[in-house]
Amino acid sequence: MSGEPVLDIRGLSVDYGLGDAAVHAVRDVSLTLHRGEVLGLAGESGSGKSTLAYGMLRLLPPPGVVRSGQVFYHPGDDEPVELMSLSAKRLRRFRWAEVAIVFQGAMNSLNPVHTVATQLTDVIAAHEPRTTPAARRARAVELLTLVGINADRLGSFPHQLSGGMRQRVMIAMALALEPRVVVMDEPTTALDVVMQRQILAKLVELRERIGFSVLFITHDLSLLVEFSDRIAIMYGGRIVEDAPAGQLYRDSLHPYSDGLLHSFPALRGPRRELTGIPGSPPDLRAMPSGCAFHPRCPKAFDPCAERTPTLLAPDGREDQNRTVACWLHTADRAMT
Amino acid sequence: MALPTSEVLTVPAPARRRRRSGLLANGKAVTGLVILGFLTVFAVIGPWIAPYDPGERGDDLLVGPNAQHWFGTTHLGQDILSQILDGTRSVMLVGIVAGLVATVLAIVFGVSSGYFGGTGGEGLSALSNVFLVIPALPLILIITLSLPETNDLTIALVIGFTSWAWGARVLRAQTLSLRRRDYVEAARATGESTWRILGFEILPNLTAVIAASFVSTVIFAVLSEITLAFIGVPGVSEWNWGAILFWAQSQQALAQGAWWWFVPAGLAIALLGTGLALVNFGIDEYVNPRLRGGHQRVRGVRMRVGFTPVLPEEAR
Amino acid sequence: MSYLLRRIGFYAFTAWAAITINFFLPRAIPGDPVQSLIARAQGQLSTDAIQSLYILFGLDDEQSLVSQYFEYWGQLLSGDLGLSFTFFPSPVSDVIADSLPWTLALVGFTTVISFLLGTALGVVAGWWRGTWADLLMPVTTFLSSIPYFWLGLIAITLFADQGGAFPSSGGYDPGVVPGWDLDFIGSAIHHSLLPAITILITSMSGWVLSMRNMMLTVAAEDYITVAHAKGLSQRRVMVSYAARNALLPNVSAFALSLGLIVGGTLLVEIVFSYPGIGFQLFSAVGAKDYPLIQGIFLIITLSVLVANLVADLVYLLLDPRTRKEG
Ligand SMILES: Nc1ncnc2c1ncn2[C@@H]1O[C@H](COP(=O)(O)OP(=O)(O)O)[C@@H](O)[C@H]1O
Ligand SMILES: [Mg+2]
Repeated sequence: MSGEPVLDIRGLSVDYGLGDAAVHAVRDVSLTLHRGEVLGLAGESGSGKSTLAYGMLRLLPPPGVVRSGQVFYHPGDDEPVELMSLSAKRLRRFRWAEVAIVFQGAMNSLNPVHTVATQLTDVIAAHEPRTTPAARRARAVELLTLVGINADRLGSFPHQLSGGMRQRVMIAMALALEPRVVVMDEPTTALDVVMQRQILAKLVELRERIGFSVLFITHDLSLLVEFSDRIAIMYGGRIVEDAPAGQLYRDSLHPYSDGLLHSFPALRGPRRELTGIPGSPPDLRAMPSGCAFHPRCPKAFDPCAERTPTLLAPDGREDQNRTVACWLHTADRAMT
Repeated sequence: MALPTSEVLTVPAPARRRRRSGLLANGKAVTGLVILGFLTVFAVIGPWIAPYDPGERGDDLLVGPNAQHWFGTTHLGQDILSQILDGTRSVMLVGIVAGLVATVLAIVFGVSSGYFGGTGGEGLSALSNVFLVIPALPLILIITLSLPETNDLTIALVIGFTSWAWGARVLRAQTLSLRRRDYVEAARATGESTWRILGFEILPNLTAVIAASFVSTVIFAVLSEITLAFIGVPGVSEWNWGAILFWAQSQQALAQGAWWWFVPAGLAIALLGTGLALVNFGIDEYVNPRLRGGHQRVRGVRMRVGFTPVLPEEAR
Repeated sequence: MSYLLRRIGFYAFTAWAAITINFFLPRAIPGDPVQSLIARAQGQLSTDAIQSLYILFGLDDEQSLVSQYFEYWGQLLSGDLGLSFTFFPSPVSDVIADSLPWTLALVGFTTVISFLLGTALGVVAGWWRGTWADLLMPVTTFLSSIPYFWLGLIAITLFADQGGAFPSSGGYDPGVVPGWDLDFIGSAIHHSLLPAITILITSMSGWVLSMRNMMLTVAAEDYITVAHAKGLSQRRVMVSYAARNALLPNVSAFALSLGLIVGGTLLVEIVFSYPGIGFQLFSAVGAKDYPLIQGIFLIITLSVLVANLVADLVYLLLDPRTRKEG
């Protein structure tokens, strides 16, 4: 399903803090989201997934700063837009209309003092000031129906809704301006399994109907295997593997991806042994030398502790549309 | 009703702040502590270094600041600098004693009502709310005036016994949230003794809130005793700063243009108040990391919610 | 609704507590000072007035405490607070009725304005943190640390003395006759400006600081980031997302601290010899006029309770979570 790119992240680095005190939470990440695609981003908690998502949209609160890199948005027929160099005014116009985001822990994403209707319509009013209040309200009803919520909930305040309903309101809100890209940061983590699956099924259905691209972030790889087209794996602030979902599931190359796949029960398909990954995620303040994963890696060998591998097509599979940052698979070229 | 209680976030602090731990890393708190230290020194040695006996009448009546009398004199020729120095001790002592009494009461009422809950807890909470809404100064006034004999100590006690309610309320809210934490639940489940849990799990986590409540009460106590002295309630030390202002007011210092009679006392009060307030800000920022961030502009980068800055080339 | 009923119940309880404190205080002390006042004024006091003071201050040892307590309540409910000794032979209730409107106008009005202004400044200071708005902080810290009455003294020196633009004492010009006409109202406003500004400056700073802190705390909430992500205008995020939420704890803090604020503001009346409750309290303390002191304490407490109830109503309107149906 990989058409032309919509969102193209190039060499993005994001820090918390400035100068010597800076924590490098995202390091030189390049990632491309294609039209109509569901791109999954997985990794243990603390690996920098949220930082990447908020950083690329310049939504990180202080002390977050973007150290370097570019993010290109391709609006189809027009010139691409570079987000890091947009003025505040243009950035504000760009947001939500082109890229919408559903937050991690959407429990607190709704303003507690305004009704659902107010929060659905104010975004329409901000971007399409010429619409009438009645038209906005009609759109809000339509959106709620889309995610399976009764229109009489429009007048409700967030505290009157259940967790799953709030999450669906957020999804409805994300679709309000028919954006090309929807970023979802662990949108279902706080929900129970049944609700989780219901919402994901709804999402897949909506995507097929409306046709937006999704960057789906989770620490639960098994969810992605089922729902996404491509999967990128993140560790210690870097992307370590990026491959089509099926290939990654059947034939993961990076030992960390392999470990992640064995950390969750598969929802479908053959059962696999759950082994997990020994050790704990790296301390961003004191990263290991070379490949950040080598202290925990069962297959670590000489170069791993010394040199950082770069994300490249694996040796002998240059045709497979996948990349990995591991000395086991990219030794040949990186050596030269 | 929600109270502005700070919550402790688990976001790791940047390394720079970790190096010097606690309050001493906070500029405001340090400034405040320096001011307070300075005033404490005067509270101790004030009466000894005062150039004159504060009550002694002199020949220079109502003269402005000069080489002999740095802060000028009263209508009786008393040296105002000596009065201020002499009064520092009473002001600080009353503040500290009242603050201690109120803080102990706040801990007893606040922590027990938060921790034990139930009808008793609700009752204690209602009691502290009653004390909170009854206007404090008039209450202190009628109690003080009803006492057969008043002096600095009784006034400090009256203030202490009437001003613990705010602290109790904040401590109760914090205790309620601590009680729900996993490790406290676990300790309760394993049958740890209540005293052990309170002493080792709850109180250590309340230190910052207790400190803040102590400092606020001291601010309130200082202002209250000065006010009592100013309106002429008997029993306050002779040269309490409020008493100096009382004399200035009753001798028409204003009408006579004798600004030096009331300006020094007022500035001294403001200095003490500012020192205490700064310490409190330091504690607030320590407890609630969201309030931190004095250095928002480093190398031309302005941290701003909603628009993450992109570092310019030269700052990388 | 149940929220409101609970609050009303609480205020009724507090009023009861304050009245009971007032009942017991003079009784708890041996050798009541009122006795000597009565003895001194014996010739001038009618037997009714003496009886009323006996009930208020518990000098009637014949009766049991319980029946004294009921008699005390009966007398309060009929509006009898005894006779004032400073304003002999006026009853305390008359003295209070004369001075209360002045205080309500001055202190009530300025307290509300100072909260509104301080909150608005706090919104600005919190939102524009890291810019020139930070300069507001040291100034407000200093201002909030000085006693109200002292600033009043300074204001009089600077603006009222020696032919300054403002009068330094009183509630209206001695030349005008109190009444609802322009002359009187103009004169009253002229007299109240300086005390009002004094109260405004010192009490506003506290609200600036607390609202700024609430803005900073709220700014880190998810829904603020969502508002930014939605591309809403700066103003809308600041006003209806950040400030609207930060206002809630500030309003409840306002309600809770009314009792503290009122004490301080009453003193400004003393400095300006303003004919309100605070000034009467000051004269009463000087003259050891216990009936008046106790009456004023009761009236201040009741006013603060009513103000609290109003603040609660406002909170109810502002926070949908307290409006939970059922
Ligand atoms: N305000 C902050 N200051 C310093 N470090 C932070 C801050 N916020 C997050 N981090 C660090 O950044 C890393 C990435 O966090 P995050 O992007 O939330 O990870 P994920 O979404 O993958 O769980 C974590 O190690 C976290 O400790
Ligand atoms: Mg995350």
